[in-house]
Amino acid sequence: MNTNNLIQCLFYLLAMLAVTKPLGWYIAKVYEGEAPWLGRVFGGFEKFLYRICGVDSKEEMNWKIYAKAVMVFSTVSVLALYFLQRIQNLLPLNPTAMTPVAPDLAWNTAMSFTTNTDWQSYGGETTMSYLTQMCGMVVQNFASAAVGMAVMVALIRGMRAVKGKTIGNFWVDLCRGVLYILLPISVILAVVFVSQGIPQTFKTSQTVTLVQPTKDSNGKMVTEQVIATGPVASQLSIKQIGTNGGGYFNVNSAHPYENPSPLTMFLELFWVLAIPSALCYTFGKMLGDTRQGWVLWAAMTLIFIPCVWLAVHSEQAGNPAFTNMGVDQTYSATQSGGNMEGKDVRAGIATSAFWGTAVTATSNGSVVSMHDSYTPLGGLVPLVLIKLGEVIYGGVGCGIYGVMVFVIIAVFMAGLMVGRTPEYMGKKIEAYEVKMASVAALIPSFFILFGTAISLLVKPGLAGLANSGAHGLSEALYAFASAGGNNGSAFAGLTASTPFWDTMMGLTIFAGRFWVIIPVLAIAGSLAQKKVHPASPGTLPTHTPLFVVFLACTIVIVGALTFFPAWSLGPVVEHFLMIGA
Amino acid sequence: MHKKTRKIFDPSIVVPAAWDSLKKLDPRHQLKNPVMFVVEVGSVLTTALWLHSLGGHGEASPAFILAVSLWLWFTVIFANFSEAMAEGRGKAQAANLRKARKDTPAKKLTSAAAASQSSGNGSKGWSYEKVSASQLRKDDVLLVEAGDDVPMDGEVIEGVASVNESAITGESAPVIRESGGDRSAVTGGTTVLSDWLVMRVTCNPGETFLDRMIAMVEGAKRQKTPNEIALNILLALLTIIFLFATVTLLPFSIYSVNAAGHGIPITVTVLVALLVCLIPTTIGGLLPAIGIAGMDRMIQANVIAMSGRAVEAAGDVDMLLLDKTGTITLGNREAVDFCQTDGIPPAGLADAAQIASLSDETPEGRSIVVLAKDKYNIRERDVHKLGASFIPFTAQTRMSGVDLADGRRIRKGAAEAVEAYVTSNGGSFPLIVRDTVERIAKGGGTPLVVADRDKVLGVVHLKDIVKGGIKERFSELRKMGIKTVMITGDNPLTAAAIAAEAGVDDFLAQATPETKLNLIRKSQAGGRLVAMTGDGTNDAPALAQADVAVAMNTGTQAAKEAGNMVDLDSNPTKLIEIVEIGKQLLITRGALTTFSVANDVSKYFAIIPAAFATTYPALKVLNIMHLATPNSAILSAVIFNAAIIMVLIPLALKGVKYRAVGASRLLRDHFLIYGFGGLLAPFVGIKLIDMVLVALHLA
Repeated sequence: MNTNNLIQCLFYLLAMLAVTKPLGWYIAKVYEGEAPWLGRVFGGFEKFLYRICGVDSKEEMNWKIYAKAVMVFSTVSVLALYFLQRIQNLLPLNPTAMTPVAPDLAWNTAMSFTTNTDWQSYGGETTMSYLTQMCGMVVQNFASAAVGMAVMVALIRGMRAVKGKTIGNFWVDLCRGVLYILLPISVILAVVFVSQGIPQTFKTSQTVTLVQPTKDSNGKMVTEQVIATGPVASQLSIKQIGTNGGGYFNVNSAHPYENPSPLTMFLELFWVLAIPSALCYTFGKMLGDTRQGWVLWAAMTLIFIPCVWLAVHSEQAGNPAFTNMGVDQTYSATQSGGNMEGKDVRAGIATSAFWGTAVTATSNGSVVSMHDSYTPLGGLVPLVLIKLGEVIYGGVGCGIYGVMVFVIIAVFMAGLMVGRTPEYMGKKIEAYEVKMASVAALIPSFFILFGTAISLLVKPGLAGLANSGAHGLSEALYAFASAGGNNGSAFAGLTASTPFWDTMMGLTIFAGRFWVIIPVLAIAGSLAQKKVHPASPGTLPTHTPLFVVFLACTIVIVGALTFFPAWSLGPVVEHFLMIGA
Repeated sequence: MHKKTRKIFDPSIVVPAAWDSLKKLDPRHQLKNPVMFVVEVGSVLTTALWLHSLGGHGEASPAFILAVSLWLWFTVIFANFSEAMAEGRGKAQAANLRKARKDTPAKKLTSAAAASQSSGNGSKGWSYEKVSASQLRKDDVLLVEAGDDVPMDGEVIEGVASVNESAITGESAPVIRESGGDRSAVTGGTTVLSDWLVMRVTCNPGETFLDRMIAMVEGAKRQKTPNEIALNILLALLTIIFLFATVTLLPFSIYSVNAAGHGIPITVTVLVALLVCLIPTTIGGLLPAIGIAGMDRMIQANVIAMSGRAVEAAGDVDMLLLDKTGTITLGNREAVDFCQTDGIPPAGLADAAQIASLSDETPEGRSIVVLAKDKYNIRERDVHKLGASFIPFTAQTRMSGVDLADGRRIRKGAAEAVEAYVTSNGGSFPLIVRDTVERIAKGGGTPLVVADRDKVLGVVHLKDIVKGGIKERFSELRKMGIKTVMITGDNPLTAAAIAAEAGVDDFLAQATPETKLNLIRKSQAGGRLVAMTGDGTNDAPALAQADVAVAMNTGTQAAKEAGNMVDLDSNPTKLIEIVEIGKQLLITRGALTTFSVANDVSKYFAIIPAAFATTYPALKVLNIMHLATPNSAILSAVIFNAAIIMVLIPLALKGVKYRAVGASRLLRDHFLIYGFGGLLAPFVGIKLIDMVLVALHLA
């Protein structure tokens, strides 16, 4: 890692650290029902919304009702998005005359966007109408992110309740998350994006004459190019903020209209990490002990930094096979050096690799470079992070409630080692919590591993792989891990828009989302009913550096080692083959 | 105290345990333990593969498959052995107890005799029929005379007798059992040494205390405790996750072989070996033994826990209610000072107090005599020469004293009583004495006023003597995060002074059964887990409410029924030991779980390069231990996995040592030992086993 890389990475890390406390504080206030400043602006509108929707904002839900509300909302979202895609040809705002989306693709996309996964088996500019992008993708970008935060807040309420039954009101949490957090930030960001030249228009795509005509594969002269455009900025801002990652264009943030300037590059990457990191602080703040939030943050960062290092280092090191062929891969004033395949020269090594790490650590999944073209170890990093279950900061809300599964396991072992029935935040962790944490850990893993296994055994599965050998295995594993972890980024190379892949991935996405949310809400409900045991010198301290290390070890050993055999047949062996070559 | 310590590998336990570990291979037994059940299924599978390979078409060499298979069987057997060892230790204890449970003949009083038993004319002449103890039912009334064994648990309704309870408690000194009060419970299997008792049977055959004790120590009624269940779920989670990971490895491997164009897919034998190495067999195998051993440690401390749940709860206790008398202070007060009034000759008070105490055999009286001798060198005098006649203490006068031939009428007692005595003799109670009395009371002492007819001589300062070392014990408890509360009937002033001297965190003065119960309820509502000891019937409600309730064996039946543990030594300080045993149980589980999980890292490095050696030789870089061959690598990992269970049996049975330091220190130390130790140990162990295998030309 050279100085240039180091400075870039540090810059992003420090920016993330700087925003964690103020943003986390603000988010905590919003869910405590206060909403500083904006409450005065939108308060009346919020009440109006409850009134027309018939929501009693004072009503408190128990975990079952809360979970039911999440499921009802998500089901309606899936159906709405599905039908919107299916009849987009009949609806307005379709200047490029898009045809209806195929049923399997529509199902996959609907599933993917309502779960904050945003896996895209399609190219946005060639498949979706403006209306579908705006009322389908963008709406779900907001909604799915707000659902994630709502579930997190419900879990926090369960943890701090004393012999309570309720964990809040889903409709209120959903509404406040959108109204006071996601919407204001994304409006401002969209305006900044527009100022940088990102399109925000209903005009149809532009046909321009090429400055330098070229020939296509059939030898015919090509003199014109169609430049896709549309309401890009508004989608882009929420895509980055809400850890969604589903791009307006097929190549996502690598497209010049999605990422035209150094400022947009910085802002997009910054907002990938901002809310997930801030939610750690929110977690501690709402529990009345900010140290607990910093512990989660520290454990996540303890895993994140080596991952960044490995990714940047591997990419900068390049491919020894090229060196043997006399290709100069060294870093100098005139070139970035390293492995630049699949990377934009504007982004270079450090930003590309940091981005790749950040979007898979959080469940953002937007891309600025092609992960498929990374060196084996550089590509292993996103794979590992996705496989950890999107808990290194993680998706908005999902990161915190996802990491709780590991916290429960860590607290269980550490708690026993100090001679007490395990406790976290004064609440006893008993069979029920362990059972639910197990469900949340097992079901997504099941879908990822068996989904990959089936894909590698049957013809329709193998047909989708672009590469053979270890790299093909990585592609399949990455795709299922991305779906199961609700990440949505693709390794690229995989042709995923076939009925087989669409269906399998859709199922995995569903399991990865709701088979975590439901058990987590069950844990919230169970914890809410428990007494709070006052802390004493005999209580397991969960705010110490020692616990940070213990938690990080638990995440790595329990979360990552499960997949070590599979990885060793993918990126790991590929790496050894590469350096041996 | 009667400690039963037994060597870990006592042959009389090891031999039957070895047999039991084979009997426990029964799948119905294994099903209770998901981790070991998976290992057993793996053993059966590899055995079948071995038989198949004998035909020459096996997936690997028969010798290799057999070796893996055998070691998998050993893994199961070793785990069974640990459980059988723990049970064996309990059984040995139960066998001792069972000797006490013989079918003794009982003298059952006829109903007429039972009705007239209140006549009080001794045991003679009552009509009874001799029946076998097994025929007795609840509420039967029995006569037990000197030399008889008490046939059943019961309550004394008439008579006083000395009883030898050594069969239950191991304590050979006889104890007194009498009707009424807190010493009315008798236990089946004990022997009446002198006098006689009329008792009412309080339970039916098979439900006696002895029966329950035997059942507990044998583990016959052993149910999984809440924390054990939770841990089992966690272990099942890890098992299933690794099952997914290894099962899907086969298609991955097939794909890789097709893609690489060379090598053979991973064999089922290796997959099973990998699975068994990754799932938490160490803790899974030792978990039942840890639980049973926890109960066994209680028994060795002479405490019978009525359930494993109670032992576990003991580790969680964060508040101890301790009776002042007997636990914090020695039962008796001691004279520490003579405070004379003015105008009394030097040593006048000491002299009078000593004379008045000469025939007072209470420890307080003795301590006055001793103090007078120590302080003023006043020797004990001959009582007869003084012509003394002693006035004993009565509840009415609340004084005792002595009338001397020279006309002196010395009285000692509580301030109010002596004041009444002095004024009735025409004297007055000086203000300075009143001040002294108040000062002593405020300091936690007991003022004993001494007067001669109408003249107050002064005040003897009696003090509760806090047990030696108890303060250190409490500060240890504080470090463990346990709050101590002293329970006393004293007034708040006295209580506060003693509490300060003993170093308890809090006290409950003028305690009544109701205030005790309220304190427990309030603390529990605040999230605390409360432990207490008790012996009297009036302790029963509080015992029933407390999370860990230790009844003294000398206590009443009601107290024993209400508690969830019985201390056979009837030592109230035992509570502290009980808490430590509970913690030790939980720590052992946590430490071995962490160890087990940390072990996995090294096993990957042993098995993964070996498993894919033919497909991807490049992976041999991961063979950082430089194990000789793929087969030796896999076999070494499997052998290590089995052997570590055997190596850790003593730790599982003895438990990880508990030290009274804060949770932070404990976590750090155990994390280092069992976490990092667990990470490193298998690297060393697997390498060593591999070297041995190579040296013996076995692989």
